[in-house]
Amino acid sequence: MATPRLSLRLTRVTPYTALLPMAIVAALGYLGAGLWTFYISLTGSRTFPSGRFIGLAQYHRLFDNERWMLSLHNLAAYGVLFVLACLVIGFLLAVFIDQNVKGEGVFRTIFLYPYAMSFVATGLVWQWLLTPGDGIDGTLRALGLHDVRFDWIVSQDCAIYTVVVATVWQMSGLVMALMLAGLRGVDPEIWKAARLDGIPAWRVYAQIVLPMLWPTIATVLLLLATAVAKLYDAVVAMTQGGPGIASEVPAKFIMDHLFLRSNVGLASAGAIVLLVPVLALLAPYAYARSRKEAA
Amino acid sequence: MKMESIVPPLPAAAPVAAPARPARRARRRWTPARIGLYVFLLGAALFFLLPLYVMIVTSMKSMDEIRQGGIFALPLAPTLQPWRLAWSGVCTGAACDGVRTGFWNSVAITVPSTILPILLGAVNGYALSFWRPRGANVLFGILMAGAFVPVQVMIYPLVRVMALAGIFGSLPAIVLVHLVFGMPVMTLLFRNYYCNVPHELFQAARIDGGGFWRIFLQVMLPMSLPVVVVAAIMQVTGVWNDYILGLVFAGRDNMPMMVQLNNVINTTTGVRQYNVNMAATILTALVPLALYFFSGRWFVRGIAAGAVKG
Repeated sequence: MATPRLSLRLTRVTPYTALLPMAIVAALGYLGAGLWTFYISLTGSRTFPSGRFIGLAQYHRLFDNERWMLSLHNLAAYGVLFVLACLVIGFLLAVFIDQNVKGEGVFRTIFLYPYAMSFVATGLVWQWLLTPGDGIDGTLRALGLHDVRFDWIVSQDCAIYTVVVATVWQMSGLVMALMLAGLRGVDPEIWKAARLDGIPAWRVYAQIVLPMLWPTIATVLLLLATAVAKLYDAVVAMTQGGPGIASEVPAKFIMDHLFLRSNVGLASAGAIVLLVPVLALLAPYAYARSRKEAA
Repeated sequence: MKMESIVPPLPAAAPVAAPARPARRARRRWTPARIGLYVFLLGAALFFLLPLYVMIVTSMKSMDEIRQGGIFALPLAPTLQPWRLAWSGVCTGAACDGVRTGFWNSVAITVPSTILPILLGAVNGYALSFWRPRGANVLFGILMAGAFVPVQVMIYPLVRVMALAGIFGSLPAIVLVHLVFGMPVMTLLFRNYYCNVPHELFQAARIDGGGFWRIFLQVMLPMSLPVVVVAAIMQVTGVWNDYILGLVFAGRDNMPMMVQLNNVINTTTGVRQYNVNMAATILTALVPLALYFFSGRWFVRGIAAGAVKG
């Protein structure tokens, strides 16, 4: 009698043991580590974590810090342009590819391959393309456009926009792929009906298909927005935050203060601030999904 | 609230791999709109291909030729010397062994950082789909939310823990970190895959007396090949392309190729050797690019879930 009962109990316990690694990763790796970072942000830690509790002083310091404010400003400008450009380009590419074009597979492959490249490689290629004198700039002048100076990458005001160009090149193919999947899911009957009624294709896209793609667009928006918050590699590879600190971004500010400028408390406060918009986006998305599932 | 639903399901009916809309038999006439369509697509294709083209031609020119000709010009005297230098002669700091050091480090990191997350992801997905232990969905929810959080939020505590354990800056450290940050997507992939397996199959195996591990090893794992392939492609690409984790956790002796590449190009003083730099960049991007071009629709299948990681 003992053996089957034992094995029965084992069967009940095994799933829990099997999920132990996941429990450890979720509870310690994500939740615990996040809470620890939050705690550090409330202390006066410099090189090493210290227990000296100073309340929200690090947050005050953070928002008095010129470099942090500049990085937030950059991130806002970058984020708006990057998300808009990815959405528009991705959607247009998907719509155009969806018109029964010849060589559809070739176009898809071409638009998506940058996504297989890392942000570092992307940043380095675009850094070379945009190098004043030798890059595109030089070719423009060789073509006789002597007055044109294409030196955004070394310009205080424009460096961050070069990062927009490079990362849009890298990620808009992904948006195209997701949007195309959405378009292929649209009921062909809608197209038949619209054609019978003589409604022009662009109006069908704008007024019927686009609203139907809302779930896809929400997913894409979430992906792009988190990519914005995570922006680090591409900046490091392309401009190193320069010239000066002109293209500084929050993720880089945090890394620099953690590992180069030994100001762990301030960096942790920055990390928590960076978390806020991510959670603010995530919560309504999760809520909408769960309502849809419950319905 | 079901937190797991925040992430798009793995497109089993793959997004781009989906069959094209059945071609309308009517022959297309070359209307102006149709021509405009192709002009737009070809223009876009040109823009997307341009950096790849420039990378390749630059890597095959001498520095003199780069200074004289335009960036778009074809190499007049193609040379492979920059490639040789990039692979085995270029300097990072004091060592001048080329990016091959980083290449082999990346291989050493990528192999265990692919196998372990896939194994754990498969076990997680299996347990979540069929056994549904109490509380598991809460953990899964935390994991999924964590996938969207910038690593900066978790990175410093992880560094402290690794330092305490005495493994900071070693191969086990970087593999462990890839395991942590790869787990959400790997778990999600397998969970969604197993959710589509008929539950009767599982129940039949239970009635036949199969236990947790036996059903996993003898029933589920053998039919998981498609999702394993997708997971492997995504994890190899993600680990190979990672920069920030390698920079922090791998240490000097295990420096992955991506970190080394950035050091070669951005921290080397003196005259910039654009041709060598571009050869090194292509060499570094080659593994995921080859994976993309050869695996085609498999790569695409993982993309919706893989994008979560980004």
